[in-house]
Amino acid sequence: MDKNKKNVQDLKDVTIRFAGDSGDGMQLTGTQFSNTTAIVGNDLNTFPDYPAEIRAPAGTLYGVSGFQLHFSSSSIHTPGDSPDILIAMNPAALKINLKDVKKNAIIIINSDSFDGKNLKTAHYDSNPLEDGSLDGYQTFKVPITTLTANTLKDSKLSTKEVTRSKNFFALGLMYWMFNRPIEPTIEWLNSKFGKKPDILDANLKVLKAGYYFGETAELFTTRFSVAPAKLPKGTYKSISGNEATAIGLVAASELSGLPIFLGTYPITPASDILHYLSTYKNFGVKTFQAEDEISGVTAAIGAAYGGSLAITTTSGPGMALKTEAIGLAVITELPLVIINVQRGGPSTGLPTKTEQSDLLQAIYGRNGESPVCVIAASTPVDCFYMAIEAARLATKFMTPVVLLTDGFIANGSEPWRIPHVDELNKFEVKFETNPEGFYPYNRNDLLSRPWVKPGTPGLEHRIGGLEKANIFGNVSYDSENHHLMCNLRAQKIKNIQNEIPDAEVIGEHKGDLLVIGWGGTYGAITEAVANVRAQGVKVSQVHLKYLNPMPKNLGDILKGFKNVLVPELNLGQLSKILRIEYLVKTISYSKLKGLPFKSIELQNKILEIVGGGNGK
Amino acid sequence: MENKIDVAEVKLTAKDFSSDQDVRWCPGCGDYSILAQVQRTLPDIGKKKEDIVVVSGIGCSSRFPYYMNTYGFHSIHGRAPAIATGLKVARPELSVWVATGDGDLMSIGGNHFIHACRKNVDLKVLLFNNRIYGLTKGQYSPTSEKGKITKSSPYGSVDYPFNPLSLALGSDATFVARSIDREPKHLQEMIKRAAEHKGLAFIEIFQNCNIFNDGAYSHLTEKETKMDNVLVLEHKKPMLFGKNKEKGIKFDGFTPVVISLEDGKNSINDVMIHDEFDSNPIRAFILAHMTDDPALPTPIGIFRQILKETYGGGVQRQIDEVTEKKGKGNLEKLLFSGNTWVVD
Ligand code: SF4
Repeated sequence: MDKNKKNVQDLKDVTIRFAGDSGDGMQLTGTQFSNTTAIVGNDLNTFPDYPAEIRAPAGTLYGVSGFQLHFSSSSIHTPGDSPDILIAMNPAALKINLKDVKKNAIIIINSDSFDGKNLKTAHYDSNPLEDGSLDGYQTFKVPITTLTANTLKDSKLSTKEVTRSKNFFALGLMYWMFNRPIEPTIEWLNSKFGKKPDILDANLKVLKAGYYFGETAELFTTRFSVAPAKLPKGTYKSISGNEATAIGLVAASELSGLPIFLGTYPITPASDILHYLSTYKNFGVKTFQAEDEISGVTAAIGAAYGGSLAITTTSGPGMALKTEAIGLAVITELPLVIINVQRGGPSTGLPTKTEQSDLLQAIYGRNGESPVCVIAASTPVDCFYMAIEAARLATKFMTPVVLLTDGFIANGSEPWRIPHVDELNKFEVKFETNPEGFYPYNRNDLLSRPWVKPGTPGLEHRIGGLEKANIFGNVSYDSENHHLMCNLRAQKIKNIQNEIPDAEVIGEHKGDLLVIGWGGTYGAITEAVANVRAQGVKVSQVHLKYLNPMPKNLGDILKGFKNVLVPELNLGQLSKILRIEYLVKTISYSKLKGLPFKSIELQNKILEIVGGGNGK
Repeated sequence: MENKIDVAEVKLTAKDFSSDQDVRWCPGCGDYSILAQVQRTLPDIGKKKEDIVVVSGIGCSSRFPYYMNTYGFHSIHGRAPAIATGLKVARPELSVWVATGDGDLMSIGGNHFIHACRKNVDLKVLLFNNRIYGLTKGQYSPTSEKGKITKSSPYGSVDYPFNPLSLALGSDATFVARSIDREPKHLQEMIKRAAEHKGLAFIEIFQNCNIFNDGAYSHLTEKETKMDNVLVLEHKKPMLFGKNKEKGIKFDGFTPVVISLEDGKNSINDVMIHDEFDSNPIRAFILAHMTDDPALPTPIGIFRQILKETYGGGVQRQIDEVTEKKGKGNLEKLLFSGNTWVVD
């Protein structure tokens, strides 16, 4: 190489955060960097974090959008606790994010944006680039806006359009710094802007300018390399939880032979599932964007009655609106998949932020004794498998199944070793067609009632929300019958225990401390437990994917531990259920900040409980 | 040897459509007649019994499915149009009917109703309009007249009522009709024409609740008064009414007025000719609002019907088009699509 040859430093893992205005394209920059990093073969985990406002006023603190990405040469589970590198496109982005980064972190700053107006909007009294605020960090001031404008001085684009492409400068610079190829992004730009040659040309130029700036500018003396991770053999792609959910549903349709009907209403952060499914029309997928949440779920119930794989997707407030209809699906015993991509509540709450506070709502939140099956996905990739599982259990047990995911795993992404179709288990769905001895509530040995498609001759019958007579299915107000039917419906859900895997214990089966979690906190808990175990502390872990019913062996597992720590992004909902169901004393560890757990927070809590004394 | 029974050609009758359940409406309720007319008409709509589904919400009228020996779904308050939409979109070959009341459809289910109309979902919606809440024992409904004294409005209701036909027309329903429980032949005709319509068909049926709102429509149903108060709309026919069809409706600009054909001032040529298929909805609106004016007769019949792509038709067309273009979906290909990389 030339005289500008720079040092290359090997790193095991790196956490980068891109931060800027919500209009600065940080999500796109982060996604491109992630996709390229995946192709290079690192394990990775991402955390997009953006405001509810689509285009908040420029330069404001509340308009800051961030994208954090953790990549490594070994297996990882979280988007990283604190960034090693922060790219701050404006003062607000610096102000919001500086407190999170590591000591001595690299901070790359778009120095052009640190002018009087932006500093004021970000509530800076003095310029942090000059007042010593950044002492102790490796700060690189790069006039990104100017360099972008210079690159495009001959372009026909407007100043606004020119400025808008500056995120590609930052991306190019990061590609250089981390030794990543720029070709995947070039390819993506070609496919995205093929029809807008001016914009395509500008973005390509700026991307390359960013890359070459790193190479030629004397500012940077070191670049980094993160070797590929040793992942199991196979074909991989990077996938987000919402996309995995959508593809999982298509897979479930194929594995069961049932056509998909999705009845839904747009809501953050669940809408992407609708977006994906609406593109799969050649799989026969029917998506119905309803007039409201209630119509979304009831249309799905109508489709379930018609014999479809019926799905409704939503987030907390929408789940609240669907409550009565879910009760209808319970009493009519129709299979229905309900996906709640949880976000901060109550009410409208924090639409774009993650939380796990809808667990009690999912299990108990209906009038009457109204049991449903509740399961949860633990990682972006797991959404694929749990979507299939939701469909399997719903159709096998003729019941609504609530699949809980959350904003963190729905928007976050990780590499997925893609399974072949023949590695996935088919599940058989039988429709009743024989009028001989047919009754709508005649149950099989699982206690499931027959599924009959309208159009089947000789099986005409009526279902509905009024209590029905056992077996025969006519309206019944009989007191004994209602008592029996409530018990049968409850027992049917309990029977699902026989169909689901036992809970697995990571670590010893007996001891001082069990850490038990559910859903999207899997990564942080797993990393925390692994880290303290690596220090020789004896602590075990269980992560629940089945919340109602819970695995059969869970009671015995809990009995084996002196302390049970339950970290949750709520005020202790699983903790409460464990106390009620298993009469164990639990230690609830809560966080309600619209953010995932950091593994260090959990490590500290674990060490506090075991007294920091290596588990004895 | 085997017994060969030819089932295909069995002609069904009204009896085939009645279930084994005891009908539990109050004796004298207008719902009985509506049930009977539906049962009499369905054998003639060219559908097999098993391909017919009746969906309902909550209220007296919503017990309807239990008395029909077809597939039926008695659901929750207001949601029948949405449930029926899901069923119809999932299973386009079925004939899907909604039995609903003024509380169910105009109040709690109003949103689903207007959107089912707007989308032209191929449903047949029968609104049993008795202008009262029956099942909850007599509160005013969204179609009760202003000032109505009921259990929940002891000093008279201060609400203005909905005009259901106007609401349906305003939501671009493609078939809008009205009939009366006490006009069995007319009602049968409306049901049949609704069944034939491709798209959302809405029939407002004036129904007497003899317990909580008796006589709400007596001026339209009693022998002495009905001829002077009911205008039967017929396609391509002049709008005539009265005991001897001696009165007609003339349009004075946008205002309908009653004219006499006996006073020598007007002739039959002045009388408005009804056109069900008018592409402009204005006249249908004017006809719908005649109900609000005591000086004018109340029209029944088909106010408007037009043809346009149904919602389900559009959904299927897109599926066909995309499948034609991209080929039938292949899961293996979908899984391995996008930016993939191989680890060996
Ligand atoms: S309350 Fe009125 S509408 Fe209801 S069944 Fe009795 S008469 Fe009919």
